[in-house]
Amino acid sequence: MSTASTSTAPRRMRAKVRYNVPATIILLVCAITVAIPLFVTINMSLKTTAQAVDGRAFTLPAPLSGDAFAEAWSLTDLPRALSVSIFITAIAVVGEIVISSLAAYAIVRNWHRRLFRWSFFYLLAAMFIPFPVVALPQVQMTGMLGLDNPVGVAALHIVFALAFNTMLFTAFLRSIPISLEESMRIDGASTWQVFWRLIFPLLGPMSATVGIFAFLQSWNDFMMPSLIISDPRLQTVPVLQSMFQDQFSNNYNVSFASYLMAMAPAIVAYLLAQKWVISGLTQGAVK
Amino acid sequence: MSETTSTPPRASTPQRSSAPPPKESPNSPKIDPIYYFFLFPALLAFTLAITVPAIVGFGYSFTNSIGFGDWEFTGIRNYIAVFRDEGIVGAYLFTLGFALVTVIITNAIAFFLALGLTARIRFQRTLRTVFVLPMVISGIIIAYVFKFLFSNTVPAIAQTLGIDALSQSILANENLAWIALVIVHAWSTIPPALLIYIAGLVTVPEEVYEAASIDGASPASKLWHITLPLVSGYVVINTILGFKGYLNAYDIVVGLTDGGPGVATRTVAMSIIRGFEGGDFGYQMANAAVFFVISIIIAIFQLRLTRGKASFGS
Repeated sequence: MSTASTSTAPRRMRAKVRYNVPATIILLVCAITVAIPLFVTINMSLKTTAQAVDGRAFTLPAPLSGDAFAEAWSLTDLPRALSVSIFITAIAVVGEIVISSLAAYAIVRNWHRRLFRWSFFYLLAAMFIPFPVVALPQVQMTGMLGLDNPVGVAALHIVFALAFNTMLFTAFLRSIPISLEESMRIDGASTWQVFWRLIFPLLGPMSATVGIFAFLQSWNDFMMPSLIISDPRLQTVPVLQSMFQDQFSNNYNVSFASYLMAMAPAIVAYLLAQKWVISGLTQGAVK
Repeated sequence: MSETTSTPPRASTPQRSSAPPPKESPNSPKIDPIYYFFLFPALLAFTLAITVPAIVGFGYSFTNSIGFGDWEFTGIRNYIAVFRDEGIVGAYLFTLGFALVTVIITNAIAFFLALGLTARIRFQRTLRTVFVLPMVISGIIIAYVFKFLFSNTVPAIAQTLGIDALSQSILANENLAWIALVIVHAWSTIPPALLIYIAGLVTVPEEVYEAASIDGASPASKLWHITLPLVSGYVVINTILGFKGYLNAYDIVVGLTDGGPGVATRTVAMSIIRGFEGGDFGYQMANAAVFFVISIIIAIFQLRLTRGKASFGS
């Protein structure tokens, strides 16, 4: 499991590699604090209603039951919320990758032109504008424009991520040597072709990072959909959890089954795309 | 699709020899118009979704608008009222204090976890995966999970152990509920800070530590005199990003305490939105404008305070 023995130690010293045992033990203990809420969520969701009602978090399910999942699924009409969440998330992921990478490419290749340079700083300003500050007029305007629905939320997700994404893409684009595309242009390729055939594929790793962050942010967001989407039947999965708080009441097994189903897609996506999550965060911070 | 124009490399200047030497040559050589088409969607979306609402909202902050229908211009009356509104001032004080405590605790824990995770430990990959995991879980949902733990599990354990202070839910105690908010925010936001610290710590070369060991430096003094100064840039980043995030705290607060008990844990973001839901638009826009200015001042203050002192390793 650990890579330390193969990667950090020179071959002749391999026998001498010593692990820092106290640090390992401390970290394992700390890891329990991460695990407890997740363990309790899974544990409670597998109980029967009769057992869960006592609210004891650490008694193991007896008997093991999947009923809570079925009940949560139909009580909250989860399939509908899932399709809304998937819809918003899909638009946000594709939109963020395409719009930010196009803008970043235009900016980097025309950095000597004032319009493009200033556009970059204009877009970056979004990093300093918290959503609560512009939320109220946005609620009003999306209502007037008929965008008080999942489409409006997806559009807002794209816009609020523009600053960070454009920054990531421009940093990456600056490292791509211009000679690559010059040879393609000499062969008669247009800018459009250069971008889609050469640059966009080269941006792949960065697009993966932007995409996974777009997915996580869009999937997990509560504030924006709860304010913007006016029709409760078009609400997203996280908002659904708050809408059903009263109805869950003391049926802890049902509520936790519902929470677990809401968390699961993000956890699975993270485990599959861990590398891109980690590289994106560290690169974004240092730039 | 478009004519083939070769864009010059960024640094080249030979084409400009005949023109007067301006600092910039916006129109020469010819630009492929498709670049405007590339940039346009981002600018348009940003302007429509952020700039215009910000300006419109700022305008409304000088009116008595309730969000629809007629309104009258009321000058700076909203702003005066905001500063006299105990509820709003209370929310600002609470949010600032909460953000300060949370940013310190989160950074301290994240830094020590990063030290551990960059040491020669077993299960390094697995442990990193585990510690980053909380980042991908929706704030409001994890707040509901913790709400259950704070209101059922913790009191039950405290009763069994005979700890009176914790035998009732801290969420119901207006002097202690903020602690629950700090814990859940820390749980949820340590991962990004942790990853940034890991990125910083791996840039510190091993030789520096070896040299210090030869000079007889203790682990604590190595940490204080070598590691911390070398990664101070990452501390700055985490402090600024963290503080910004906690100032805007909303999702977890709504899920965990809903601003309560009473209004004991109401954040600024909540006061803006709850006020708006209660029918104040112009007034809450004044609140939002004040909030924006305060956020900017804090960001500038943090940058000034740390300017020139930040180091990003070697």
